[in-house]
Amino acid sequence: MSRLVTYLFSSVGQKKLMALSGLGWGLFALSHMAGNLLVFVGSETYNKYGHAIVSNPAIYVAEAGLVLLLLTHVFYGIRVSIQASKARSQGYVVKKSGDKEATLSSRTMKYTGIAVLGFIILHLWSFKYGAYYEVSYDGVVVRDLFRLMLEKFESPIYTWGYVAAVILIGFHLSHGVYSALQSLGINHPRYTPIIEKISVLYGILIAVGFASQPIYVHFVF
Amino acid sequence: MSDQNMKIKLRVWRQKGPTYPGKLETYELDNVNEHMSFLEMIDVLNEKLVQEGGEPVAFDHDCREGICGMCSMTIDGNPHGPNKGTTACQLHMRNYKDGDTITVEPFRATAFPVIKDIMVDRSAFDRIQQVGGFISVSTGNAPDAHAVPVSKEKADLAFDAATCIGCGACVAACKNASAMLFVAAKVSQYELLPQGQPEKEDRVLNMVAKMDEEGFGSCSNTGACSASCPKEISLENIARMNRAYSRASFKKR
Ligand code: FES
Repeated sequence: MSRLVTYLFSSVGQKKLMALSGLGWGLFALSHMAGNLLVFVGSETYNKYGHAIVSNPAIYVAEAGLVLLLLTHVFYGIRVSIQASKARSQGYVVKKSGDKEATLSSRTMKYTGIAVLGFIILHLWSFKYGAYYEVSYDGVVVRDLFRLMLEKFESPIYTWGYVAAVILIGFHLSHGVYSALQSLGINHPRYTPIIEKISVLYGILIAVGFASQPIYVHFVF
Repeated sequence: MSDQNMKIKLRVWRQKGPTYPGKLETYELDNVNEHMSFLEMIDVLNEKLVQEGGEPVAFDHDCREGICGMCSMTIDGNPHGPNKGTTACQLHMRNYKDGDTITVEPFRATAFPVIKDIMVDRSAFDRIQQVGGFISVSTGNAPDAHAVPVSKEKADLAFDAATCIGCGACVAACKNASAMLFVAAKVSQYELLPQGQPEKEDRVLNMVAKMDEEGFGSCSNTGACSASCPKEISLENIARMNRAYSRASFKKR
C-alpha cells in the first residue's frame, strides 16, 4: 500500500496520472466535438443525439469518471505549480531566449489549463444546467438543446468567447498529447517526431471542430 | 587577421554569501578581444576589479574545455549562453559585438543554493548519485571485455547518457527547476547495460526518491532541459526512466 502511495506522490507517478487524466479528457473532447458537428445535419439529429446520451444509464458512470479525471488533473496541476515555485524561490532577472527556449504551448500549460477549467465550469452552467426547452419528435419529448444553442450563439460576445476558449483547448492539447505520451514512457526516435506533429494536428482539429459550430450558427444559420 | 576589440557592458549577479541578498552590478570592459572565451573575459574583469581594490567575481570553472561541467552560469537567461551543445567555457566573445550588454546570473534553483556571486552549490546532484548512480563490483579479477555481450546500439545509447557532465544546466533551464534529465541520464546509462541490471530497481527508486527529497521541481515535458544541455542528452532518457520507475515500483518485492 505504502509503495502505491509513494508512487502516486512521486514526481514520476504524478506525471503518469497527469498524463492519463489529460488523455481521458483529450479523448472526451474529440467525442464531444464530433457530436457538436451534428449541427450541420439538423436540429432533430442534434437533439436526438443529445437525448440518446443522457438517457443511457452509463452516463452516470461516464460523468463520475470525467469529474474524477478532471479533479486528478487539476490536483496534480496545482501540485506541479507549487513544487515549481518552491524549487525556484528566486527567479531569473533575464528570461531565456533563442534556441534554448521551449515552445510557447509547453510553457503556458498552467495558464491555458486555468482558462480551460474556467471555460468548462461556465460551459456546464450555460448548457448542461442552462435553460431547459423541450421539443417532441414522434411523441418522444426530448430536450431542445438546439434552441438553447441558437440563443447562446446569437450573442457575438458569447460566440467569440467560445471560439477563444476552444482555441485555448486546442493549444493546451497541442503540447498535451505529446507530453502525456512522453510521460507514459513512449519516446522513440522513429515515432516521437510523428507524435509531436500529431499532437499539434490534434489540437488544431479539436479547436477547428469546436469553433465551426458557433461560427456557423452565428454567421450562416 | 585583425583582432577586434570590443566594448562590453556586463551586468553580473553579486551576492556575498548564501544568506545575503544579491543584485546585479554593472561593469564596463573596453578591451574585450573576440578570441577570448567568456570565462577569460570574466578573468579580465576580475583583474580589473582586484587592481581597483574591489572583490573579484566568484565563479566556478575547472577544465575550461567543456568536460568537467563546473562553469555553471546563466548568460542572458540561457544556461551556458546562447549556443546549443556547449558549456559556458566554450562560449567565445566572437559571438558578441561591440556595445553589447550581457547579463550573467547564477543557475537558479532552491536545490542549488548560491555560495557566492554566480557560484552555486550543486552537491544535491552528488547526493542523488550516492543513492544509486553506480554499480557494485565484487572483488576478483576483471572479467574479459567480451565476457558479457552488449549490443552496439545499447552501448551507444548508454554512452550517450553517460556523457552527462552533471553541470546542472537542465535544472537551471527548466521552468519547474526539475532535475529529471540529469537523473534520467544517470539511471539510463546503467539501465541499458547488463552490468546495471542487478541493482536496477533499487537504483531508480532510490534516485527518484532522493531527487524529490532534494527539492527539485516536477517535469512538465517542455524540453528546455535537453535544449540547454551542453551534451544534448535526449528526452528519450526521461521516458526510459519513467518506464523503469513504474516497473520497479510495482515489481519490486
Ligand atoms: S570549465 Fe569545465 S566544462 Fe566549463
